[in-house]
Amino acid sequence: MAEIRSTPLVVEPTIFDLSTPGRRGVTMPASDVPETPLPNRDLLRQDLPFPELGEVDIVRHYTRLSTFNYGVDTGFYPLGSCTMKYNPKINEDTCRLPGYLFTHPLQPAETVQGNLALMHEMQEWLQEISGFAAVTLQPAAGAHGEFTGVLIMHAYHADRGDHKRNKMLIPDAAHGTNPASVAMLGMTAVQIPSDARGNVDLEALAAACDDTVVGMMLTNPNTLGLFDEHIAEVVKLVHDCGGLMYGDGANLNALLGIVRPGDLGFDVMHFNLHKTFSVPHGGGGPGSGPVGVSAPLADFLPAPLVTIVEQGDEEAPPLFGFQTPKKSIGRMKAFHGHFGGGLVRAYTYIAMHGAEGLKDVARYAVLNANYLRARLHGSYRVPFDRVCMHEFVAEGRFEGSDVRALDVAKRLMDYGFHPPTNYFPLIVHEALMIEPTETENKDTLDSFADALLKIAAEAKTQPQLLHDAPHTTRFGRMDEVKAARELVLCCWLPEELPKDD
Amino acid sequence: MTFIPISPGERDAMLATIGVGSLDDLFEAVPASHRFPKLDLPPALSEMEAASQLADIAASNENVREHLISFLGAGAYHHYIPAAVDHILRRGEFYTAYTPYQPEISQGTLQAIFEYQSLMAALTGMEVSNASHYDGATAAAEAVSLAYAQFRGKRRRVVLSPAVHPQYRAVIRTYVRGMGLDLVGDDPQADLEGGPDSLVAAIDDQTMLAVVQYPDFFGRIYDWTDFIEAAHGKGALVCIVANPTALVMLKSPGDMGADVVVGEAQPFGIPLWYGGPYLGYFTTKKSYVHKMAGRLVGETVDSRGQRAYVLTLTAREQHIKRERATSNICTNQGLLALASAVYMSVLGKAGLREVADLCYQKAHYAATELSKIKGYGLCFTDPFFHEFALCCPKPVSDINAHLLEHGILGGYDLGQDYPGLKDHMLIAVTEMTSKDDIDALTAVLSEAPHG
Repeated sequence: MAEIRSTPLVVEPTIFDLSTPGRRGVTMPASDVPETPLPNRDLLRQDLPFPELGEVDIVRHYTRLSTFNYGVDTGFYPLGSCTMKYNPKINEDTCRLPGYLFTHPLQPAETVQGNLALMHEMQEWLQEISGFAAVTLQPAAGAHGEFTGVLIMHAYHADRGDHKRNKMLIPDAAHGTNPASVAMLGMTAVQIPSDARGNVDLEALAAACDDTVVGMMLTNPNTLGLFDEHIAEVVKLVHDCGGLMYGDGANLNALLGIVRPGDLGFDVMHFNLHKTFSVPHGGGGPGSGPVGVSAPLADFLPAPLVTIVEQGDEEAPPLFGFQTPKKSIGRMKAFHGHFGGGLVRAYTYIAMHGAEGLKDVARYAVLNANYLRARLHGSYRVPFDRVCMHEFVAEGRFEGSDVRALDVAKRLMDYGFHPPTNYFPLIVHEALMIEPTETENKDTLDSFADALLKIAAEAKTQPQLLHDAPHTTRFGRMDEVKAARELVLCCWLPEELPKDD
Repeated sequence: MTFIPISPGERDAMLATIGVGSLDDLFEAVPASHRFPKLDLPPALSEMEAASQLADIAASNENVREHLISFLGAGAYHHYIPAAVDHILRRGEFYTAYTPYQPEISQGTLQAIFEYQSLMAALTGMEVSNASHYDGATAAAEAVSLAYAQFRGKRRRVVLSPAVHPQYRAVIRTYVRGMGLDLVGDDPQADLEGGPDSLVAAIDDQTMLAVVQYPDFFGRIYDWTDFIEAAHGKGALVCIVANPTALVMLKSPGDMGADVVVGEAQPFGIPLWYGGPYLGYFTTKKSYVHKMAGRLVGETVDSRGQRAYVLTLTAREQHIKRERATSNICTNQGLLALASAVYMSVLGKAGLREVADLCYQKAHYAATELSKIKGYGLCFTDPFFHEFALCCPKPVSDINAHLLEHGILGGYDLGQDYPGLKDHMLIAVTEMTSKDDIDALTAVLSEAPHG
């Protein structure tokens, strides 16, 4: 077998491997100003160990690399909790309009009224969609929004002179970012268990609620894809002990036009524009994580916000500018947030959907998830088996077989699919977290369900086939131990190899 | 319009499989009193209408390519981006992929990030780079977290140079709220003339980290070698915030002995985009790699013996360590790391040097010409790269308003952040600035009354 496959030892050289001294890519024009001597030689670098290639070789290199990747444009990507929906092509054009690409973040407000109008409208739209009183667009990603939200909660209590609160309640099904964000502020994360139906365990919650509680961070629908059936009671328990409710907006796709977190009593929530509002994930970023808050928290938002400085009239549009909230927690990043790559794309998406369109997004996302859940019924165990929202979690284990969720995930690649999220949430054994999104048709969902059913059968008859999967992909399973042990983190020109110390 | 490809017939068949009567029946767990709110949003647009609306909004801005000659920098720079960069970014396989958790089908992203890490490490003269941070400011804040973790909270003093970008300092102040740190030096009233020597006295044996900028916020170039040696003498680490374009020409922070080098890589192939998304880079010594936040790609082999790449040291991260993680970070700026890798490759060693040289030459021409105008002068005498502080004879806001009437975007008003630099503007010049642009600025300032 090994001879027949005859795999190359180096699939694609690195950009450093491809370099030959003296080759040129893009050249710059000659200088049009009189020459100034360079600074003292002591301040200059003697060598720049960078690759030297022609443009065609660079384009081919990165094009070949792109073919080693699987994206939403390649196929179905049911990665739970990540909302891998189709990224409309029009977004790619609108975000590259010269008026957005070539505006500097420190330009005077009067020269960027278009950008400010777009940001202002985005703030208002997100408020309307979520039921919050105010929104900051500054946070760069979901986890950054979470940190923002936790800072706001902390500042709110401190402002009231209530300094003993240091406990954040976090359900066991929560994203790992929740406890990590809390730890960044030196607070303690207290884990709250789930009950038999996948809801927050009310008794455990009540026992944890006291006057040291900063608040609770809740993803709803939770990471099991389940809407908490006692959400009103949960919110009341937390509010009654003086705590605030933080909503992890990672799963907002299920709620668009269905229910507004602000109406349910949440006080803070981050949005993931790269999940819910079709900003592409870019192989790991950039994201965009605006944060919405209820009225009592609006004064604590990071600075600055976009506001109307002068009301418009029939002849003139309003004049937009920036404003710093009175008790602002400060700045979360330089400048104004992920404007071009995040806000413009998300704005385009919301503008094309309108209220009914957004409601359809949620309804069809939930339809697709429940359809897959129904198709897998009997072959995969789904703990907490009730109507789910936009995603559900199945178990990738089978009676009488040593096949694990990882094997199922890898085998799915052989059938041409991106695997679901596996081993999350932690409270399900061998979790396979499946989120189809609304942008998939029934044929795709059926092919995926068929593949999973075949794999369930293979798990019993040919377990080794699954342990060794994937077979048809360009790359096989990775030696992750070697990577962590050897820590080769850079490629170098042979003559530039770092010295051993 | 929506992007939902399901026909009514298919929908009904799917509902029947599930066993519910209608789409709305799927939402019974949602409290009825709040279910199905009527959202007040504008009517949905077709693609054609959306394209036109977004173009109209964009056209109501004045931009630095079509309308304005710009001398604004201060942390975001207008550079030429070779065409190949965006053509690579538009590959759907790259931009519609998620974080490469499944390495068998994510080698494109992984190898590109590995190459990015290599390029950034080479540029800064450091041993390792992570896969990037949100921007330069948050990367600087993460350097503080690294030092905090390194000293396990036993040292609590951070010396923050007042010549670090004011917004970066603001972000650091926000990030360290929960750490109980003693931030010193972060004083806009401080002596700005002294350079490294004036800061060294602030470093004591309780100092965990000093953060300085290179070139600094005013564009000045200092050799930080002696400063770093002095800091190391007290056991403190040093983080240099550096502009990548300048590093093409200047002695690398690694050569000076820096422990962490961070900065904004927007100048490397990322458009101004009204401030984001940009690309925070983060490089350090191998000995600190376990304390470093953010994603990291390492080389390995696959089951078929092929060289391949994976996310490594993930045990530092939030999804494994939860509250004990080095940071809550999930995303990096993956696509923009790719953009900067393509930018660095396509210009290559020679092209990048040309860019850096043009920035330097044109900025010095501008400085020479502007300082000839009556009432104007260079604020500092130190060497600079492509940005410099210009003393002005009247308030910068008045001058900039006048310049704007002539289609010129003047420099950043330093008086906003530094009371001592009232009537000073920070002028930035890149390869995009022509001699004619500089001459136009000089002409308008020369003609204006000097008040």
